[in-house]
Amino acid sequence: MVRIGAFLVGLFFSGWLLVSFIMGAVAYVSEPPAPTAEHEFHEHPKHVSYSFDGPLGHYDKQQLQRGFQVFKEVCSACHSLKFVAFRDLEALGYSEAEVKAIAKSWAIKTPDVDPKTGEMSTRDPAPADKFPKPFANNVAAAAANNNAIPPDLSLMTKARHNGTAYVYSLLTGYQGQPAELLEKFPDSKTPAGLHYNPYFANLNLAMAPPLTADGQVTYDEGQPKPTVDQMSKDVAAFLAWTAEPKMEIRKQSGVAVIFFLLIATALAYMSYRNIWADKKH
Amino acid sequence: MATLENTASADGTAEGEGVRRRDFINIAAVSFAGVGGVVAVLPLINQMNPSADVLALSTTEVDLSGIQPGQAIKTTFRSQPLFVRQLTEKEIAEADAVDASTLRDPQTLEERTVDGKTQWLITMGVCTHLGCVPLGAGEGENKGEYGGYFCPCHGSHYDTAARIRKGPAPKNLEVPPYSFTSDTAILVG
Amino acid sequence: MSFPWANEYTPKVPLMKWIDERLPLPRLVYNAVGAGYPVPRNLNYFWNFGVLSGLALMIQIVTGIIMAMHYGANDLVAFGTVEHVMRDVNAGWLMRYAHANGASFFFIVVYLHIFRGLYFGSYKAPREMVWLLGLVIFLLMMATAFMGYVLPWGQMSYWGAKVITGLFGAIPIVGEPIQTWLLGGFAPGNASLNRFFSLHYLLPFVIAGVIILHIWALHIPGSTNPTGVEVKGPQDTVPFHPYYTAKDGFGAGIFFILFALAVYFAPNMMGHPDNYIEANPLSTPAHIVPEWYFWPFYAILRAFTFDFFFIPAKLLGVLAMFASILLLFFLPWLDTSPVRSGNYRPMFKKFFWILVIDVLILGYCGGAPAEEPYVMISQVASAYYFAHFLIILPLVAAFERPDPLPGSITEAVLGKDYDGAETAAVAAE
Repeated sequence: MVRIGAFLVGLFFSGWLLVSFIMGAVAYVSEPPAPTAEHEFHEHPKHVSYSFDGPLGHYDKQQLQRGFQVFKEVCSACHSLKFVAFRDLEALGYSEAEVKAIAKSWAIKTPDVDPKTGEMSTRDPAPADKFPKPFANNVAAAAANNNAIPPDLSLMTKARHNGTAYVYSLLTGYQGQPAELLEKFPDSKTPAGLHYNPYFANLNLAMAPPLTADGQVTYDEGQPKPTVDQMSKDVAAFLAWTAEPKMEIRKQSGVAVIFFLLIATALAYMSYRNIWADKKH
Repeated sequence: MATLENTASADGTAEGEGVRRRDFINIAAVSFAGVGGVVAVLPLINQMNPSADVLALSTTEVDLSGIQPGQAIKTTFRSQPLFVRQLTEKEIAEADAVDASTLRDPQTLEERTVDGKTQWLITMGVCTHLGCVPLGAGEGENKGEYGGYFCPCHGSHYDTAARIRKGPAPKNLEVPPYSFTSDTAILVG
Repeated sequence: MSFPWANEYTPKVPLMKWIDERLPLPRLVYNAVGAGYPVPRNLNYFWNFGVLSGLALMIQIVTGIIMAMHYGANDLVAFGTVEHVMRDVNAGWLMRYAHANGASFFFIVVYLHIFRGLYFGSYKAPREMVWLLGLVIFLLMMATAFMGYVLPWGQMSYWGAKVITGLFGAIPIVGEPIQTWLLGGFAPGNASLNRFFSLHYLLPFVIAGVIILHIWALHIPGSTNPTGVEVKGPQDTVPFHPYYTAKDGFGAGIFFILFALAVYFAPNMMGHPDNYIEANPLSTPAHIVPEWYFWPFYAILRAFTFDFFFIPAKLLGVLAMFASILLLFFLPWLDTSPVRSGNYRPMFKKFFWILVIDVLILGYCGGAPAEEPYVMISQVASAYYFAHFLIILPLVAAFERPDPLPGSITEAVLGKDYDGAETAAVAAE
């Protein structure tokens, strides 16, 4: 009984799947799906290498400081960094006093309640505070940015495939729409207010090119020249750190753990062979 | 793990030198795994310690400008009550009149305050008996028999230097680490 | 337990004797996973995955209890508390990465354990109950993993919850009320998050309970072995401890090395980037995909694109997806071949490997976007999946001519003319 029932159920499912396959295949051959502009012109992130690549990689603190400077002077006007606190910046090599000064002089203030009147007010951020958000809420963010909400950047490099390279590519990838694309897909002209960028999933990005000129941010003496490429690379590195601040300790402890496990496993293998030495199996 | 002897007897064959060498490998493997297990437990325990954001909030700034002599305010330090009191001349005199060596927890007022700022008495508002919040900081509260603080839970009386004078508490109210950042502001922690 | 020659527990220390007389727990452990459990001597490395599954469950329970100490099951703060674990809690990043990757490793070892059972016929009489309980564990694991994935309240969490509960919406008439009942609302929200957290914490302990039944049922007939020939005498077995504890110790070492490589060096490899974006009910990710261990079933779900007369394609997909797991409950009665091990079943063996490749293809298609040619490939692959279990296995069992089996385990290990000392105890054949 079980086998007869199973046979019928199997025949039904498999049969209908094969029928569906044939109907789908006929449709696929007779009307192949139309290619889309996204399919043909979207590009994978450029290759870019960093000091923190690989199993033994370290963050380059100088680079993170430069990236932080770019974030502070350019990105932070629109993008929040809500999971990072000022105190975390000590990991970039800033002293406690420097962090305090950075927090105190931060352009955006931390919302607070006036201790005397109980009314909403703002105060200077303290090291223990998270980076204050540039917009009070999503409605304010959308209203100020042509209906596009600037995403929070804390986790950006983990929230995209190959995220660090993606951020770098996006920042350096703004360009005119290729003539070839318009020829092939006349309906896909970049709408007004958007910006063509082949590294963005649907090719048209609401964010205007944020880094437009070499020297837009002034780096300290002895640092590389602040070209658009260099600034993009640095801010992408900074965002890699904000997304994964524990990466260095993770990789370091990983090396020790793997080393220990290799020895332990070798010993376990010897012990296993030893115990089985006189049992054929 | 507990029956390494079994291991050897289950092998059952080798004798003398062989047994010792074989046992050594088994013991080494088990001890190595044991050490690894113990080390792996450390982060599991450590995760219950205060996290970085909690530690970052472990300092409190207090503005002293609004506190008149004889007044006290109650604020918080590390999520616990903190008493900040400006003593009157009379209260200082009362505290100094006691011979510290006769006290349960011998300390002078000078030892419990900053030099030259003896009138500022900053203590935790946590009774050293079992952790209740003593009365006496608020206007009109019972200050106890010695004019300082009084813990209603089990009847501990503290004097004007917040030293224990009567009742079950073993210690004076704790003075947290703090420093004056200006004449009218302190940083606790 | 099962064999008369099993070692008897004899307490060595007076304390253990005292305990054993009052509560024979030491004896139970000794007979279950100690020297008192005789196991076939010829188990290969594929028999390591049962113990490794238990190990993976332990890792999940320990790291999970720890994360629950820092997590807040509220839709307003859930995502932030996970980041709190990652950034501020001491070794919190380690706990979370171990838990997230631990889920994947749990499924890896369980899938290997299941496929071992499929190849070596471990589901056959008298071990049907072991197989059925194992499937119950598998279903509980899937529910636990699904609800756990919702907890970080990222984009994939949210949309995964919406899509999976939407499956129940396919059921005629009662479907939609069931969906809103499951979610406690019309879309995933705080109520859903709280109940998923509660159940996600509960189910692992239920799994642990069913595992005890699974092992109990296993100990009645004892473990099977690569030949599929039953144990005939003491010469066929070795005590579980120290022989298999040593082998499992080595297996655990390899497991931990691979696990550590993932946790420390590629912790997000098996996750989806979209889950690092906070849940947003107003914006759907470009491709909603579940975690990789659900991909084969997800491919089956999506393979149905045409209505079958009055049955809508959506319902067909849901039915097929559940059927693809439920049919495994009937496997002991579908494959009626008296030979257990695939090693001695030439025809079965070929189909088995086709099934392995088929499931891998289904997995690949399930993770791919819902476009051609992936849909067509998953249709063919799903058709084979159902045909394999429901049509091919019963037919193979009826028509296949198995290779000759060895007389006993010992004979398979030592050859026909094995050493006299061991022969002395061979039971009559």
